[in-house]
Amino acid sequence: MNNNMLQIRDLHVHFHVYEGISRVLDGVSLHVLKGERVGLAGETGCGKTITMKSVMGILHIPPATIPRGEILLDGRNVLKLSKKELIRMKGTDISMMFQDPMNALNPVFTVGQQLRDVIRFSGRRLGEKSVLSKKEIYDRAIAVLREVRLPDPERIMSNYSLELSGGMRQRVLIAMDLVNKPKFLIADEPGTALDVTIQAQILDLLKELVKTRRISILLITHNLGVIQEMTERVYIMYAGQIVETSVTASLFEAPKHPYTQGLIASVPRLTGGEIAEGIPGTVPDYTVAPSGCRFHPRCPHAMTVCRSRKPPLIELDRDHEAACYLYGGQNG
Amino acid sequence: MEGRMAEPFLVVENLVKHFPIRAGVFQRQIGEVRAVDGVSLQIERGEIFGLVGESGSGKSTVGKTIVRIFRPTSGTIHFMGKDVTERTKRNVDFLTKQTQMVFQDPKSSLNPRRSILSTIEDALIVHRISHNGRNRRMIVADLLKRVELSPTYMYKYPSALSGGQRQRVSIARALAVNPFFIVLDEPTSALDVSVQAKIIRLLQRLQKELQLSYLFISHDLSLVRTIAKRTAVMYVGRIYELAPTEQLFLYPLCPYTRTLISSVPVISKEENRIKPAKQSIGGEVPSPVTPPSGCAFHPRCELADDICRKQLPDLEEVLPGHFTRCHHVEKNMTLDQIKEKSMIKKQGKS
Repeated sequence: MNNNMLQIRDLHVHFHVYEGISRVLDGVSLHVLKGERVGLAGETGCGKTITMKSVMGILHIPPATIPRGEILLDGRNVLKLSKKELIRMKGTDISMMFQDPMNALNPVFTVGQQLRDVIRFSGRRLGEKSVLSKKEIYDRAIAVLREVRLPDPERIMSNYSLELSGGMRQRVLIAMDLVNKPKFLIADEPGTALDVTIQAQILDLLKELVKTRRISILLITHNLGVIQEMTERVYIMYAGQIVETSVTASLFEAPKHPYTQGLIASVPRLTGGEIAEGIPGTVPDYTVAPSGCRFHPRCPHAMTVCRSRKPPLIELDRDHEAACYLYGGQNG
Repeated sequence: MEGRMAEPFLVVENLVKHFPIRAGVFQRQIGEVRAVDGVSLQIERGEIFGLVGESGSGKSTVGKTIVRIFRPTSGTIHFMGKDVTERTKRNVDFLTKQTQMVFQDPKSSLNPRRSILSTIEDALIVHRISHNGRNRRMIVADLLKRVELSPTYMYKYPSALSGGQRQRVSIARALAVNPFFIVLDEPTSALDVSVQAKIIRLLQRLQKELQLSYLFISHDLSLVRTIAKRTAVMYVGRIYELAPTEQLFLYPLCPYTRTLISSVPVISKEENRIKPAKQSIGGEVPSPVTPPSGCAFHPRCELADDICRKQLPDLEEVLPGHFTRCHHVEKNMTLDQIKEKSMIKKQGKS
């Protein structure tokens, strides 16, 4: 019995661009257990969104190519599924929440029309008939809007997205994601476009719904605070590589990888105090990515071996792994 | 030199900025956005003053009105002892030399078709600081060095720079006229945390070296906690609490400030410990077009009663330097009593 909801093994994604081949993902491996809340954190351009798009099968191929790797979603390899099977899976078994609630809804259709479409066409191709009656679809839509605590759901159904506030739109999106009872949810930066007090409401709601329905979630964000509040386990990504993974609490208390350490020291704290000088240098160009460990040009502890070989994830503690030669593994 | 030392440095009194909403063929005014509705604050020389609030609270409008991008509807602004409220040529000349602004998005605040040199040297030409091209290039090179960029960057265009580098250029441009006061409007919110850390360190260093004063506008409370000496919290066009930063974060008195602080996602246990108990707050930030009657926070506040709905509380000095706007804050408390009360509340959380 496989207990993995999502398993990504050694995923490579390349883009063919004018300057050559841009190696955006360089052997990403991660997994999400059933019912687990996992975070994927990293800075702009580290490959978070590409990872997510590969999982959802919405990466544009070409220009992208996937020379190596596999993505197992609930035991099935997403990269080998036919288009028909992929469509069946999307919106039913897995669901995804996009970054910007302002743009994720269509402004020329009412919320009701869009929500009903999500219910009607879940797992069906255009033209296929729904098994549900109109009444059933409507009732489901109202029920889910109530569940995300939107006041007056009947009225919201006839509203256009422009008539709703940011927080309400985000709630509508959550409703759309959850209405078909998915087993797995990928959320890209949930609530980051919103104000803090509204963001707190949305995160509380999302956490509660995901918990009560035992949905596995992969939460992608650059905001480490959100990771801390929402997830049980976390992956830290840098330049297309996973550099560290751990139980969320112990990662923030004792980060091991030099990149994670620099990142966490850069976060301003509510308790005040000086923030660190940040991390020297900038994120590399992926067409001429550094050899070996991609962090070595910026790393204060870089050794010769770091330049030549990519470090494997080394287990340091129970559920805490870091890809760094500082913790051994040179001979492996 | 005496003029510069004259205290207070910047005094904003009862600042009001309303934007008319016009509609129809004759562009008749059908309403107004009350972006800023009576804000008073003082900033001292060499001080970093934080201004926090959610979107639509009017924090950016305060900043832009102080540097006279907007003309205030009413209220007065005194800068270094001079009344600069009126938009006369002399005032504008004076203000643009002494005060500068750094905007949020370095992508749109730099002209993509002009080189860095041409962007920065504009200020030198306009203010007749240098007429000599070679001299100007030397000044620009110095400015770039000051923000830790190589002088060779002056021949590049904004599109060739990263977000952090662009923001450094914006800072260099602000420094070109040797100002005393800079409004920083969310200077790092478009940047990653590791880049943000570098920019913040740079701003702190420049502030010390050049004895600058900042009005630091941000929605990121943790960031304001790190950088500002005093902080004001804005909500729907008004200041609801103003205090020395540490005191504001440890002992917030206004329910809105408490809610705001308790909503921040944090990464450490120490931070969680100082967070006030999370309040079950629903609702949305009200629109400044139709602000709620009385205290603007009353529809979302758990302490709200009749008086909050009817009457706007005054911004009162509860402790020395600690102002708050709430009917339910006990006046005449000592800091010790407040500490004790907040201890009880935080224990109730766990």
